[in-house]
Amino acid sequence: MSDAGGLDARLVVRRAAFDLDLALTAAPGEVVALLGPNGAGKSTALRALAGLVPMAGGHVRVDGDDLRPLPPDRRGIGMVFQDYLLFPHLSVLENVAFGPRCQGAGRRAARRAAAEWLERVGIAEYASARPRALSGGQAQRVALARALAVDPGLLLLDEPLAALDAHTKLEIRAALRRHLAGFAGAAVLVTHDPLDAMVLADRIVVIEHGRLVQDGTPADVARRPRTDYVARLVGLNLYRGRAEAGIVTIGDGAATLDSVDSLEGEVFLAFAPSSVALYRTRPDGSPRNLWRARVAAIERHGDRVRVRLAGPPFDAVADVTPASVAELQLSEGSPIWAAVKATETHVYPA
Amino acid sequence: MSPPDRLPGRPPWVLLVPALAGLAFLVLPLIGLLVRAPWSTLGTRLVQGQVLDALRLSLITATLATCLCLVLGVPLAWTLARVRFPGVRIVRALVTVPLVLPPVVGGVALLLVLGRRGLIGGWLDGTFGITFPFTTAGVVLAEAFVAMPFLVISVEGALRAADLRYEEAAATLGAGRWTIFRRVTLPLVAPGVAAGAILCWARALGEFGATITFAGNFPGRTQTMPLAVYLALETDPQAAIVLSIVMLAVSVVVLAALRDRWVGNT
Repeated sequence: MSDAGGLDARLVVRRAAFDLDLALTAAPGEVVALLGPNGAGKSTALRALAGLVPMAGGHVRVDGDDLRPLPPDRRGIGMVFQDYLLFPHLSVLENVAFGPRCQGAGRRAARRAAAEWLERVGIAEYASARPRALSGGQAQRVALARALAVDPGLLLLDEPLAALDAHTKLEIRAALRRHLAGFAGAAVLVTHDPLDAMVLADRIVVIEHGRLVQDGTPADVARRPRTDYVARLVGLNLYRGRAEAGIVTIGDGAATLDSVDSLEGEVFLAFAPSSVALYRTRPDGSPRNLWRARVAAIERHGDRVRVRLAGPPFDAVADVTPASVAELQLSEGSPIWAAVKATETHVYPA
Repeated sequence: MSPPDRLPGRPPWVLLVPALAGLAFLVLPLIGLLVRAPWSTLGTRLVQGQVLDALRLSLITATLATCLCLVLGVPLAWTLARVRFPGVRIVRALVTVPLVLPPVVGGVALLLVLGRRGLIGGWLDGTFGITFPFTTAGVVLAEAFVAMPFLVISVEGALRAADLRYEEAAATLGAGRWTIFRRVTLPLVAPGVAAGAILCWARALGEFGATITFAGNFPGRTQTMPLAVYLALETDPQAAIVLSIVMLAVSVVVLAALRDRWVGNT
């Protein structure tokens, strides 16, 4: 991205399960979320950036300096760990003052800087408390203050919200978003929660099996998923096929779907589960995208009911109301007609 | 949610009977000691010079030996736990040798190395005029030799159980290896160090074989409590009982006091 500032890295790490090979950039002030399933290499990538795992190749440049030869303590990177890892034997204030002390600040100056950071994250009244006395949300804020107190050029956050319960998470996420917006350097955030990524990040990088599979703004990733994993995360049905004259052939020609997009060639086709309509018998005035499927599973999904449809011709997910489940007399294994309007599908280049 | 910590029902006799016998075996001698103690003359015997001298010497040497073990043993434990080097298993085995070695043999070995004509002792004597055998310093060395494995094993275990991620967090905050050890690792394993130091101290306090072999048995200089007990048993059994009770009391008091403070919750 930019040669002048921010993060420009290529991370090559050899692991037993897979090799991580990831090019990653982040402009100053930009928040990049690394999103991926468990074991995809997200945390490994973050640890490689911090210098905590050895790299087999590549580089880590922050504001132009290559940090790869440097040990973790000389990289000037702030890291918020998954379980926060606040030192249990130090007070909250001493935890935050730890970094400035290591950077050579005097005891008093370090404590003053720490107190300012605690003030900024809104937890000054807990300065003399021990970490074990804090709630999850409070500990997260202290961890953030501790990482920011070293005045890092790059901020790394490993699952910063994963340890929180659903209720505190909302509040802490909003606060974290504010602090990230106020941070001048580049920030990289690891998460497996798409919602956290959408809310916190300016850009999302999806990795699977140690490789980048998608890179884009949250809106783009949500609208145009490029792998089954991303499609599941954002709750879309996704198919890959060939488009020709408004018709998309899926797989090896097992099925076709109409679309209103005028693309040609290899494409992805996506549609939302809520745009799928289900019928017991073949509907009259038949919509074009009509197929016969088998009900594989019926699950509660918020105030809707999620119906998993098994192929042939293809698997899909439909969201319907509880009332229509009763009306359609849906049950696992029963045959069903499914339809989706061409205008509800979204086609984009593969 | 947590698994039950015991099965319901009566414990089998096959286990209970030997368990009780084992307990009796450990406790009865102590009771015997208390029963046969000359309680009426205890006070006057206690203030006899020889008892107090031996007690003072024992406490001082055991404490000094523990300090020596801490200074040398904690870095050794850290090296065994954190540094990968070829032969680490052999080194670990060597560290535990004094644990299984008869203390008398340890004393002989110390004499051969640090004795006046020993491998290092000769040089120390010739160059600096330092001699260890039959001195109070020799008592400290003999006690440290037999007690150090207790400290090393305890601290190494604590280091292995410690969460390395705290050290990683410290590193990302700019702490070098020494700062990490001093400000994060050591405080986190402090309970293990304390437990090890207590074991080490107790072992040093009771040390007999290596001490009498390497440092001899000079009242006021190298005659520690165990030595005094052994000698008194031949000349004045009542005095031996008194000395034994003093040692028992010291051990119990110190262990109980420290246990509550550091080891607890076990």
